[in-house]
Parts: sequence; C-alpha cells; structure tokens
Amino acid sequence: MNAGDSSRDTTVKLIALVGRASALTVVLLVLCGVVYPAVVFVVARVVFPVQSHGSLVRDGRGRVVGSSLIGQAFRQPRYFHGRRSAVAYDAANSGGSNLGPSNPALTDSVRVASVRVRAEDGVPVTVSLPADLVTASASGLDPDISPASAALQVDRVARARGVAASAVASVVATHTTARDLGVLGEPRVNVLRLNLALDSAWGGR
Amino acid sequence: MGRAVGLRHAALFLAVVLVLVRPLGLYLARVFAGERTWLDPVLGPLERGIYRLTRIDSAEEMAWTTYAGSFVAFGLVGTLLLYALLRLQPWLPWFDPAHLTTPMTPDLAANTAISFATTSTWQAYGGESTMGYTAQLLGLVGQNFLAGAAGLAVGIAFVRGLAANGTGTVGNFWVDLVRAILWVLLPLSLIGALVLVWQGVPMNFDRYASVTTVEGASQTLAQGPVAALEWIKNLGTNGGGFFNANGAHPYENPTPLTNLLELVAIVAVPAGLTVTFGRMTRRPRDGWTLLAAMLVIFLVGLAGIAAAEHRGNPRWPTGIAGGNMEGKEVRFGIDGSALAAAVTSNAATGSTNATPDSFTPLGGLVPLLNMLLGEIVFGGLGTGLSSIVMVALLGIFIVGLMVGRTPQYLGKSLGPGEVRLIVLYSLIGPATILVLTAVAVLVPAGTAGLTTNRGPHGLTEILYAYTSAFANNGQAFAGLSANSPFYNVTTMVAMILGRFGLAVPALALAGMYSRVRARVDEGAIPTHGVLFACIIVSAAVLLVALTFLPVLALGPVLEQVGGPR
Repeated sequence: MNAGDSSRDTTVKLIALVGRASALTVVLLVLCGVVYPAVVFVVARVVFPVQSHGSLVRDGRGRVVGSSLIGQAFRQPRYFHGRRSAVAYDAANSGGSNLGPSNPALTDSVRVASVRVRAEDGVPVTVSLPADLVTASASGLDPDISPASAALQVDRVARARGVAASAVASVVATHTTARDLGVLGEPRVNVLRLNLALDSAWGGR
Repeated sequence: MGRAVGLRHAALFLAVVLVLVRPLGLYLARVFAGERTWLDPVLGPLERGIYRLTRIDSAEEMAWTTYAGSFVAFGLVGTLLLYALLRLQPWLPWFDPAHLTTPMTPDLAANTAISFATTSTWQAYGGESTMGYTAQLLGLVGQNFLAGAAGLAVGIAFVRGLAANGTGTVGNFWVDLVRAILWVLLPLSLIGALVLVWQGVPMNFDRYASVTTVEGASQTLAQGPVAALEWIKNLGTNGGGFFNANGAHPYENPTPLTNLLELVAIVAVPAGLTVTFGRMTRRPRDGWTLLAAMLVIFLVGLAGIAAAEHRGNPRWPTGIAGGNMEGKEVRFGIDGSALAAAVTSNAATGSTNATPDSFTPLGGLVPLLNMLLGEIVFGGLGTGLSSIVMVALLGIFIVGLMVGRTPQYLGKSLGPGEVRLIVLYSLIGPATILVLTAVAVLVPAGTAGLTTNRGPHGLTEILYAYTSAFANNGQAFAGLSANSPFYNVTTMVAMILGRFGLAVPALALAGMYSRVRARVDEGAIPTHGVLFACIIVSAAVLLVALTFLPVLALGPVLEQVGGPR
C-alpha cells in the first residue's frame, strides 16, 4: 500500500465517522429537542394548567395584573413595597446590578435606599434595616420581601388606608410563607399577593 | 441562629445526595456494562431502532483513538448544527422580533454553539431577549442532552480503560452516548421537569404576556417552555439559563424546594459516578475515597462562602442587618445562595441563583477557586470523575517521588508516558486561563469589557470569565460586558481547550492503561482511606496555589484588604 492509498483510506474513514455522527445527532435531537419537550408540554398543560402558563394572577375585577411569581414595582404609600430592582421590574429583561462589593456606586445605592426607607417608614437610626429592603435582587424580579421588611411598612400602609395597623399586620401574617420543609430558604412575604389581599379587604381606600 | 438554619439546610442537601449516591452509581454501572435494567422492555427496542436507523455497529469495541475521534466528531457536528440554527433563528417558528432584540452575530452564534456543545453554556446574551422557543428547544435543550451525555460517555470510557485487563479497548462511544441519554438523562428529566412545573416553572409556547400592574404600569412577562430546559440544564451539568437571571429567575427556580432539587440534580450523578468507579474497578473503597476527598473540598468552600456573605459588606452604612443581600433572592436567603454557589462552581454548572459579581470579595473567591481546582469536586457529568482521578494520579506521582516507591494506581504503574499525559492535563488549564487573562488586561478590546466595575474587581471579572469558560462551567461575574468579538472569540478558545484539550489526554491515558494487565504490588501506596484522600486534596490545592496565587492576590485578595477601587 502506498502513501496515497492510506491517506485516501483515512479520508474515507473520516467521512464515514462524520456521517455517523451527523445521523445520530439528528435522531437524538428529534428525541430530546422535539419529542421530550412535547411530552412535558402536554402533561404539564393538563395537570398544572395555571403553573404552566406562568402563574398569572387576576385582581378583584378579573383583570390579569401580573404573575404571583414575578415581582412588580409598588411606590404608593398604601401598598407594601418590594425590593430594589436593577431592571425596573422589566420581566422581559431579568438581571441584577452586578455591582462589585467595592464599587462606590453600590455603597451609594445602599445608602440612598436606607435614607429613603427610614424617611418613608419612620425608622429611627437606632433600629437596623433588613438588608433585603435596601439591596437589589439577583433577578430584578424578586416577588418576596422578608417578614421584617413587611413589618416595618405596616404602620405606613395602615395610615395611608385609614385602617388599624393590627388589621394590616394580620393580613401580613396570613401572607407570610415559612421555610420550605421548615429548613429550606427563608421565610418570605409575597408582595403582589399581599397587596391584592389589602385591596380586596379595603378596596381602593 | 442564622448559622444553625444554614447548617440544617446544608445537611438536608448532603443527606439527599448521599442517599442517592449508591443506588445511582450501581445503576450507572449496570447501564454502561449493558446489563439488564427495569427500563429495558421500553428502551431496548428504541435503542436497537436507533442503531439500525443510523447504521451503528453496537458490538464494536473501540481503541481510545477511535473513541476520542468519535467524541470530537460528534462535538463538531453538534456545534455546526447549532450555529446554523442560531443564525437561521429569525425564520424559524416562535421567534418574536419585538422582544428578541440581541443581534445573533456570527461571533455570538459561534460562541454560543461552542458553549452549548461543550456543556459550558457560557452565555454572552440574555435568554429572554435573544432566543426564540425553537432555538431554546431544538438548539439548547438538545445540546444540553447531547453534550451532557457525551461527557458522561467519556468519563465511563476513562474508567473502563483504567479497569481493562489488557484488552486495549475502552468501549463504544455511540453506545455509551445513546445509553446515557435513554437510560439516564431522559427518564430523570421527564420526572424532574414535571416536578418543576408543579412548583411554578412555566411550560408553554405563549407570547410574552403584557399586563397592567396593580399600580397601573405596564409589565411584559417573558414566557416559554422553561421546564423542558430547566431540569436537563442542571442534570447535564450545563447550566445555561432560559432567562438572563438564570437560576435566580422566579420562573426558573420559584421556591426553596426547587432550589434544593435543582442542586441535587446537578450533584447526584457526578457523585454517584464515584460508586460506579468503585464497581467497575472492583475497588469500592477507592471510589468512596474519591467521594470523601470531594466532600472535604466542597464543605470547606461552602462554609467559606456562607461565612463571608453572612458577615456582609463593611463598606455599607451601619444599621443594616442580614448580611450581603445584594444580588440575592429573599426566598433562598444567604444559605440557599451560598449552597448554590458552592454546588454550581464545583460541578461545572453555570446556573447560579444569585449574582456572584456582587458577592463579597472572599465569598466570590471561593467559587473562583472551586473552578480553578479543575472541576474535580463532582465536576462536569463524567468529566469530573476523570479530572479527580487525574489529580489522584498526580498525587501518587509526587508522593512516589518523595518516598521512593514505584507510583502505581489500580495495580498499574505510572511510567514516563503516563506521567507526561498527566502533566499535560494539569498544565493546559493554567496556561490557557493565565495567558488569556493577561491578554485581556493588556489590550483595549479586553478592558473595554469592564463597563460595570473597575480596579481589582475588574481583574477578577476577567479571570472569572476565562476560568469559567475553560472549566466548561459557564457562570460569570456578569458585570463584564462579554458580548464583543474579542470576548466571544477568546472565551471560545478557552471552552474548546477545556473540553477537548482535557478529554483527549484523559482518553489517551485510559487507552494506555487498557493495554496493561493489573498486578498486585505489595510496596504500592494504598489508594483508599484517609491518607489517600488527604493526598488527593493536597495535590489539588498545591497545584492551584502554586499557579494562581499571584493573580488571586491582585484580584479578590487586594479587593478584600481595600486596594484601589
């Protein structure tokens, strides 16, 4: 066998190899990229219709106002406020601030938020603020705040709605979720669900 | 108080993983030995149909060269197909140009194609503003399965070569690949995806939902077949998110329970492979020793991240309680975020549930170190096992030099040829990462990426990018603006070297050992037990410390002690 034959042999082998790889890739892509998602889609639609469509929620009048999993901006005093969002709660463009720990812009943003929260909710400097209320979330869409962050907003919300603080506090309590399985993650309050509950209890007041 | 909860959180995670390790590992050993399993009645005919359709000779036993050639060819075909799919996106179904505004340039498409074909799933784009549903499913979900399975196949072939008794073969790549998908990835993903939907992960082909919020603002909610991607991206140790925020997005990871399950999905199979290793080599204690070494490194790192993040950021004004919550989600808290950072950085999976860029300097140093160790703790699916064995071999070689005994593993001695491959394997990473980082900080196209942070933190961002790309991990200090021709091309180089530059020498070593018969040597160092676990950990740490200490001192360490901003 001369050198030409052996290089032709190698070429033929390579073509056969790539051909086999291509055929198998196409077959496996149909299985994993078409059949598998189709099965998941059909079962999910039938068994979990609400979740599979993004857990959308409606207000008292039946209007879709968001998703119970996705945070949205609240600025009015009669509503509980969520966390800071680096993407202004744009749920088609999620993300965090990505500011590094030594970045002066991060320190400034935390300082400004602390001053704002202390002023809005009348928190004296002797009382610590919960970190989640003065920092931006990772997704920019965090639907939750900590129970401590909810507690310090109760008086303001009650005043704005002209109702008793204890009544607002009890709505907060019923909308506080414990750690999953008692161990996982942190206790939390879903801000959108809480605010919808306030509206349904006291209307537009 | 917070610490006690954190300990219970980590303990529950470890307990779930440790319960799964043995049954999963033994199941994998059966699957790849071609032995009977309870899924055979369904999957057997499907498997044979696939071989008939693609004319694959499932009885062929491959030498390492053929195995490696098939692995590379398969990766190449997958890359080219994905590249074409991404470039043709605008003409495919479910592509909404109103929201998908990131242009799929040739460099971004090439970077993404390489990225998903190498299980790196480095993403220089945001999912919900770039990818149509067809590209997500046929492209990204598809490669999550295919590339994940190919990595698993390489890991199995590696062990087969080590365990072989003079046969000179390491198995059949096509068969390992098909069995990895049919018997392992598909069944686990079907169950996992539906559990995720139950917890709130969407699975639809709806248009993005436009709503008017309670306060009357307008909000657009990205939708999609998220659940189909979410489970396999973790199970295949890929990690590329459906959305930009990845595992932090409430649609990808809606509850602390999904967080736990997704982290278990990342770790369970790679951890189980240590048991598979023990079974295939008939040295179960050697397998457990590998797992013990992994757990030591994992736990030390986890404790470090949690402690640093609980302590918080001393630069912030006083009177803020609760640690460093910047870039973290309330539902996970600091403990859930620290666990995810430790798991994803060790296991070559980019699906962080927080933004590592905003971690404290020491909290961000740990994931970086985990990746620099070479993804040996659990590691990439299949490849993690070969990586930790390579470190074990390096440890044996060093100790052998010190005590003057013939270095030997699994009854096979380490000759000059083997040691050359091990050294090559150990040096490709440092060479790639340090050279690319040096280039990036020296040229304007590199420093142009520092749009968010500067100073030592900027250096860390660049180092993190190349480390993650080479480690085929994919997570990022995302303040770095990486969608530029410079970063798309250079990270692509790192990803290719990290995948094929490691798999080929590993398979070559397996090939060498497959030709050797094992024999008992009374004088050999025992390769199980506490002492050997210490040797593995020391070898790994020594290698990283010697190579990366200078650059780490200029990055995270300088930032921690308060250098220039």
